[in-house]
Amino acid sequence: MHIDWAALGSVFGVSLVVTVTLVGLFTLGIVGLSKREAATAGGGSPAIATTAAYACFAACAAAVGYGIYLIMA
Amino acid sequence: MENFSLILAIVVITALAFDFTNGFHDTANAMATTISTGAMKPKVAVAMSAALNLVGAFLSIEVANTISKGLVDESGIQPEVIFAALVGAILWNLLTWLVGLPSSSSHALMGGLIGATIASAGSGAVHGDALVTKVLIPAVAAPLVAGLAAMLATRLTYRLGEHTSEKASGKGYRVGQIASAGLVSLAHGTNDAQKTMGIITLALVAGGVLAPDSDPPVWVIVSAGMAIALGTYLGGWRIIRTMGKGLTDLQPQQGFAAQTSAATVILASSHLGFSLSTTHSVSGAVMGAGLGRKGGVVRWSTATRMFVAWGLTLPAAALVAALAEWVTSFGTWGTALVALFLIASSAAIWVLSRREVVDHTNVNDAEEPPGVVTTAIAAVTPPPTGATAEELTATIPAPAAESTASATPSTPTPAV
Repeated sequence: MHIDWAALGSVFGVSLVVTVTLVGLFTLGIVGLSKREAATAGGGSPAIATTAAYACFAACAAAVGYGIYLIMA
Repeated sequence: MENFSLILAIVVITALAFDFTNGFHDTANAMATTISTGAMKPKVAVAMSAALNLVGAFLSIEVANTISKGLVDESGIQPEVIFAALVGAILWNLLTWLVGLPSSSSHALMGGLIGATIASAGSGAVHGDALVTKVLIPAVAAPLVAGLAAMLATRLTYRLGEHTSEKASGKGYRVGQIASAGLVSLAHGTNDAQKTMGIITLALVAGGVLAPDSDPPVWVIVSAGMAIALGTYLGGWRIIRTMGKGLTDLQPQQGFAAQTSAATVILASSHLGFSLSTTHSVSGAVMGAGLGRKGGVVRWSTATRMFVAWGLTLPAAALVAALAEWVTSFGTWGTALVALFLIASSAAIWVLSRREVVDHTNVNDAEEPPGVVTTAIAAVTPPPTGATAEELTATIPAPAAESTASATPSTPTPAV
């Protein structure tokens, strides 16, 4: 019997890393948005927080795009 | 379309019926977490999932081709065998839907094919190795992988997002959940609608309508896509409730982590050559997300019932399919009998389901009513206190009690 342990292992590894990275990035984006609100409310400049937040979301959107590409491939 | 025989027409219709049950059985995979956390309204969620299913069905015919070309020896397979396989798969899907348990539609279909093949060609026609590598290991691995990923992701998102404002996180997690649920719907459309396309194409080849190695015709792609989308839109609310509320209580963070993990596992597995079941991945992810939150609980009684259903899926569908194949082998009247039986038992299951309707209005009601098993155990098990005293007093009125007891559970159980 041939069990493709390498494929199973890579599914395991890739899923784990990608999921945690994506969720982490997305949460950082939310943290950024939340900081922006705080900064605006406190009169500070929200530029850095906003940029960081959108960068995180853009990375997540790219991942979704790659997912759609994989489905179509 | 010369010699498009009656049996072929029956197979195509049955395949579409299976596709339909597949749709409403698996809506939960994409939308249960989104609905239970309130990220989307139930009706809107199933409508979006259905639309993406339909789109997904048109994206690629890769999966359909792996089924119709090469997986099964096309020369040996009869339309009757495919019909019997579908009967087994449909009945198992309906039965698990009735009790609200998520189970793999692919396993049901595989079980049906295996059972029908054994009945028609003997047990030598099934490869035990393939059974282990394609069914057993994925069934164990999928929930583990998805669950672990979801658990770690849940921990991380709670840790990182500890001090975020309610407004930013509420909106953010909502969008995130919708995106990942959409991805799962799309993947489901390409995978499962295509399974039906593959089956129909296989039947058409077996019946001599199509040349071997043909791509699925356009009408097959369209009708399979429509059937699965319709099923998805009608929504398997019972299964959504189990998946979204029954296993654990999900907050938006957990819903997002679970759905992202499930989407990742499904895509990674199908593209790294170790296909994992969508249902198993999503259920595992939901449980993992439940474990990842501090104070989160997984209702293991529900989970256990689900695991039992997973274990039974393949043999049960195989058994029904084998019986169906045996009956169809008697000729035309046998096939008609099986078709009648399929319609009658589907109707019976539907009637049973109307006793306690679950739809978009009560899909998020937290407490699942006690299931058949729980009630039965509660009825049989005596209350722990004063058991001995009761035993003594109960000796005399026992016959009366027994007769009532035997009368009450005689409610019709769904025929399998």
